[in-house]
Amino acid sequence: MSRKPLIREVPPTTWYFRHPRYLRYMSREITSLFVGAYCVLLVCGLGALADGKESYEAFLLALQSPLSIAFHVAAFIAALYHATTWFNATQVAMPIQIGENFVPGSWISGAHYVVWALLSVVVILLAGVF
Amino acid sequence: MAKSNKPVVWFPFAAGGTVIAFFIPVIALLTLLVAFGKVPAGLSYESMHSWLADCVLAKLAVFGILALSLWSSAHRLRCTCFDFGLRIDTLVAAVLYSAAIVASLAAAMFLFRL
Amino acid sequence: MKERLIRLEVFRYNPDTDTEGHYQHYEVSCLEEWVVLDALNKVKETLDPTLNFRWSCHMAVCGSCGMMINGEPRLACHTFLRNYPGTIRVEPLVHFPVERDLVTAPDDFMEKLKRVKPWIIRKDKQPIEQGEYRQTPKELLRFRQYAMCINCTLCYAACPEYGLTRHFIGPAALALAHRYNQDSRDQGRDERQEVVATKEGVWECTFVGACSEVCPVHVDPASALQQMKIASSFDWIKEHLLPGGGK
Ligand code: SF4
Ligand code: FES
Repeated sequence: MSRKPLIREVPPTTWYFRHPRYLRYMSREITSLFVGAYCVLLVCGLGALADGKESYEAFLLALQSPLSIAFHVAAFIAALYHATTWFNATQVAMPIQIGENFVPGSWISGAHYVVWALLSVVVILLAGVF
Repeated sequence: MAKSNKPVVWFPFAAGGTVIAFFIPVIALLTLLVAFGKVPAGLSYESMHSWLADCVLAKLAVFGILALSLWSSAHRLRCTCFDFGLRIDTLVAAVLYSAAIVASLAAAMFLFRL
Repeated sequence: MKERLIRLEVFRYNPDTDTEGHYQHYEVSCLEEWVVLDALNKVKETLDPTLNFRWSCHMAVCGSCGMMINGEPRLACHTFLRNYPGTIRVEPLVHFPVERDLVTAPDDFMEKLKRVKPWIIRKDKQPIEQGEYRQTPKELLRFRQYAMCINCTLCYAACPEYGLTRHFIGPAALALAHRYNQDSRDQGRDERQEVVATKEGVWECTFVGACSEVCPVHVDPASALQQMKIASSFDWIKEHLLPGGGK
């Protein structure tokens, strides 16, 4: 008997609608767009800072436009989402075996979260928010 | 099939992903405050200028954070383009990686000028 | 014991007459504690003897009953009817060619599995008289999780990168490469790297993580692939940036 298998192609531009977990994955990947754009904005800020007090203060003022507020909210959420997915993945990417057993994954991710929190507090204090 | 040179782009991606996770949320929070009109004291021209102009280590840290985050975002965006069905990977990669490099060089230049 | 009328929507494809697949509806009375495979068997016995599907062990060991159940790659013998109140849609695993009805052709996976040399490779073979290669419980635990794979290919059906780029070696085969790399008795990592560290190997993976979510025996291929990416990156640095190629 000859074989005549049926080949089903994956729709290359819409496949991620097939399952919620693919949408979650795509949202994780899309964070890069916002984070990348945000970093470019930071470079612009550095440029303004290098140009002197006047242009730096104009830059800070420009950040207050409604468009900029919306972008900052989006970038902040994207960065948070990236951070949680990244720290949750550390236990998968770097399992640690001590003695016979593996360290529980939640400890590895948990340690990252603790360091994250500490670093964030330090940056906030350095920036003189309080 | 020869072994791939992918580590060249992937290693900085992984390092950058870690840097983004640790630093970008809090930095974005600070500039979000600025966007809402509350400029934290440390972000004023005087204090920004003084700690960046005097301290080489601070310059290096800022450059490191920016360059790695930019590279990481560019690399992930490249994969995302493919996932969205854009099958011109070489072009996408060239554009995005160059953009990351140009932005990093600009950052280096600005830091140097401070 | 409670009986329930189960509605099944089953993908059919007959290579002798069809050019496309279609769906056929069946209604069978099943016991609430049955699995989807039982329902399919009852259809075959009482309604339609032409329905084709693979199975053997009925206990999540042989790995032959993988199919899409309501869009999720699952073992039919391990999927309980009680968790599915409505119509149950049953399709052959995606990303594989359909041989007939729910039967898919695993040839591509089998070929890729061979390429990663999933067996113990020794450079210095120890004579039989010296006994077996001994291993501590700690050394066993290093790879045991990855040795649990039952070759059910659910992870290939879950992996979008495999669906989009067919040359990708894929989750299970690479996880098995990792299984042997992690084995203290094995000396074949260099040989496997010739496949693992290529573009078609780990570098096609973008860490979607779907493979690990669907694996019925918790192999966690995503973890194996991430670990191999990191290790391959350090290899690259050794080979290209250190004097003497790290030899
Ligand atoms: S890794 Fe898990 S899902 Fe993949 S073939 Fe093996 S047992 Fe099946
Ligand atoms: S019949 Fe063997 S795994 Fe389901």
